[in-house]
Amino acid sequence: MKISCQTTALSELRVFLKKTLGELQLSDIDQLQLILAVEEVCANLIIHSHNCNALDYIQLDIKQNPGKLIFEITDEGKAFNMLDYEVPDLNKVKGDKRKGGLGIILVKKIMDEIEFDSTKGTNTCRLIKWFQS
Amino acid sequence: MLTIETQEENGHTILLLQGEVDASNSVILDEAITKMVADGSNSILVDGSGLEYISSAGLGVFMSYLEDFQEKEIELKIYSLSDRVYEVFKILGLDQLMSIYPNKKAALNS
Repeated sequence: MKISCQTTALSELRVFLKKTLGELQLSDIDQLQLILAVEEVCANLIIHSHNCNALDYIQLDIKQNPGKLIFEITDEGKAFNMLDYEVPDLNKVKGDKRKGGLGIILVKKIMDEIEFDSTKGTNTCRLIKWFQS
Repeated sequence: MLTIETQEENGHTILLLQGEVDASNSVILDEAITKMVADGSNSILVDGSGLEYISSAGLGVFMSYLEDFQEKEIELKIYSLSDRVYEVFKILGLDQLMSIYPNKKAALNS
């Protein structure tokens, strides 16, 4: 799926993910959490790497391997490696009265593996979820 | 798509959320809560029965008020979340920081 870099595209992304994941034997809770994790990464890219420029795009590909699902998110914006991002303590987020900082915590808690690489201006983030087969 | 309605009931302000909260519309939720506080509400009950989805943008809105509300003794309670939405609050540990109840009655009686 090609996602335009505007936050209003997030609802289309959810529709696409719901349809794609609906074909798999996932619980409601698992499905929602996967949708959420993928959306959080895309929302971060849209807002922080592309400044909501609707002319920019993010590419999402979903691959199903035995026992795991791989969400590959590719873009050409400012590289952001969430693996380098130190997850803030929740009480600190509360004390700072800030609205941001929770998305990456969610992604790291929901996904089993996260990979990131940036080569020649193309950034690829892979979110991997393991399932018992 | 998110719609927000507010109702006054026995000194409580009830915020009814319908639909999905994400980065495109969380500002509406933020503005609604800010307005409630500006209007003098000191007990905000969020009816989450119609909330189908919430991303970190929406959760962050609630988080950003917790400290102020504690200082100003404004109550913020959320009730009737679906299991799948409640699970998202739990992943972050927000169930420990926020007052979340299974239904309106439990929220009112606490």
